[in-house]
Amino acid sequence: MRLYFKYMSILFKSQMQYRTSFLLLCAGQFFVPFAVFAGMYFLFERFGGLTGWTFHEAALCFGVIQMAFSLAECFARGFDAFSNLIVRGNFDRLLVRPRGTVIQVLGSSFEFTRFGRMLQSAVVLGIAVNGLSIAWTPAKIITLLLMIIGGVVVFSGIYILAATFCFWTVQGLEVANIFTDGGREMAQYPLDIYAKWVTRFFTFIIPFGAVSYLPLLYILGRADGPDLLCMAMPLASLLFLAPCLAVWRIGVRHYRSTGS
Amino acid sequence: MNAPLSLLKMRFLMGLQYRAAAAAGILTQLFFGLILIMIYVAFYTHNGEAQPMMLKEVVAYVWLQQMFFALIVLWQFDGELFGLITGGNIAYELCRPWRLYPIWYAKLLAARLASASLRCVPVALVVFILPEPYRMPLPASPAASLLFILTLLSGLLLVAAISMLVYISVFWTMSPVGSVLMIAVAGEFFAGMIVPVPLMPDWMQTFAGLLPFRWTVDFPFRVYTGHIGVQEALAGIGIQMIWLAALAAAGQWLMGRALKRVVVQGG
Repeated sequence: MRLYFKYMSILFKSQMQYRTSFLLLCAGQFFVPFAVFAGMYFLFERFGGLTGWTFHEAALCFGVIQMAFSLAECFARGFDAFSNLIVRGNFDRLLVRPRGTVIQVLGSSFEFTRFGRMLQSAVVLGIAVNGLSIAWTPAKIITLLLMIIGGVVVFSGIYILAATFCFWTVQGLEVANIFTDGGREMAQYPLDIYAKWVTRFFTFIIPFGAVSYLPLLYILGRADGPDLLCMAMPLASLLFLAPCLAVWRIGVRHYRSTGS
Repeated sequence: MNAPLSLLKMRFLMGLQYRAAAAAGILTQLFFGLILIMIYVAFYTHNGEAQPMMLKEVVAYVWLQQMFFALIVLWQFDGELFGLITGGNIAYELCRPWRLYPIWYAKLLAARLASASLRCVPVALVVFILPEPYRMPLPASPAASLLFILTLLSGLLLVAAISMLVYISVFWTMSPVGSVLMIAVAGEFFAGMIVPVPLMPDWMQTFAGLLPFRWTVDFPFRVYTGHIGVQEALAGIGIQMIWLAALAAAGQWLMGRALKRVVVQGG
């Protein structure tokens, strides 16, 4: 862990060397999801609501997923940009060091400009919490935090899986965007508005439903099941992460360098 | 006029090289389209009465957006041109015996045409045979389909003119990120890429009407579904042409000024 924070502070300093560019990118990262959020607001205004959901409830969903996505993009960026390491043969350098590969790849890159996006998600979360009359108990606050953390874990798992394929394909796979960007777009809205196959896929295969929709029901006081089960739902993300890491191990063993 | 034409051909062939990227793009586009339509279906089942657009028209809007994504999206910028300006290789471009504006304009057009032509047909093949309510409706009438092609193409000319202005702005700012992001976000929103323009609140529609962006996306798509009638479409093409002339003239003028004060360093 110490090593990880060391990596982080070094990269933060290096990105801060270009301060204007950094700030502009942050601002841009703020406005991209902001436009999407504005679109959501206008749709709710035009249609007066969504079956079973009010604007603020959907905004809570939106905020949680956006926050998880921006955190994952910031901290798991190394896996997202992993094909660069492979293409240039730089992965060899990581292999000869006496530390685990996962932590080194995680530390190879951070995208601090995602702070803009995080700020935007925090604003959305604020709007949502303000507009909803929820009796906040410690259990609900913990659930909300677990939802965000679970979301980060799911997104990171997808990044790791996509990065693993680079061991065989060398080039990055654009298809993974369906699950990261597409998953984000989809999970912004409560999951039950989609067709059954989408809901099932994104609950049992890639557990976005487990980190956003099901605990959300608990927070809003609409869950059927026992409270503790709903609270613990985001932990399902760990079940997703485990096979991703296992596949990563296999990938590392299969690695053949491209460098000279 | 020969040089821009052959450049167009070259860029076109170059774009065709990246077939794997195109295949991935097609899948992504289909997925995004499905998700968006599901969201609209949910909204329309909640309250579909008396909306300014019918669900079928929104579905067509979504699929057209996915099919012609590469043609109309403002986001797509060419790193090579930015590199020319910030890296100083603009000096070579200036030595060549042609005027810069038409050449770059042709490059942009070609890049867009190439990637769109790769993606549009496969997506179209799928979306016309999807089950309801996801199926792409046919154009409202033969006249509408003809007008759609016309308006889409002049919309493309317009997008390229807008993005030329962004490239020219780099002569002053030297860093593409800021100006690109801002224009892309605002432009896409007011073009109707995030929410169809007729579904926006009235005050915002008025505002969008004052900007050139909606003529590139919203206008051709609604011509396709017949939401905009033949008469209005013909008038709209006139407005597109006026915007195009204004933006291209502004671009030429600004580029002339930028090139006068350009200083290339190094050797």
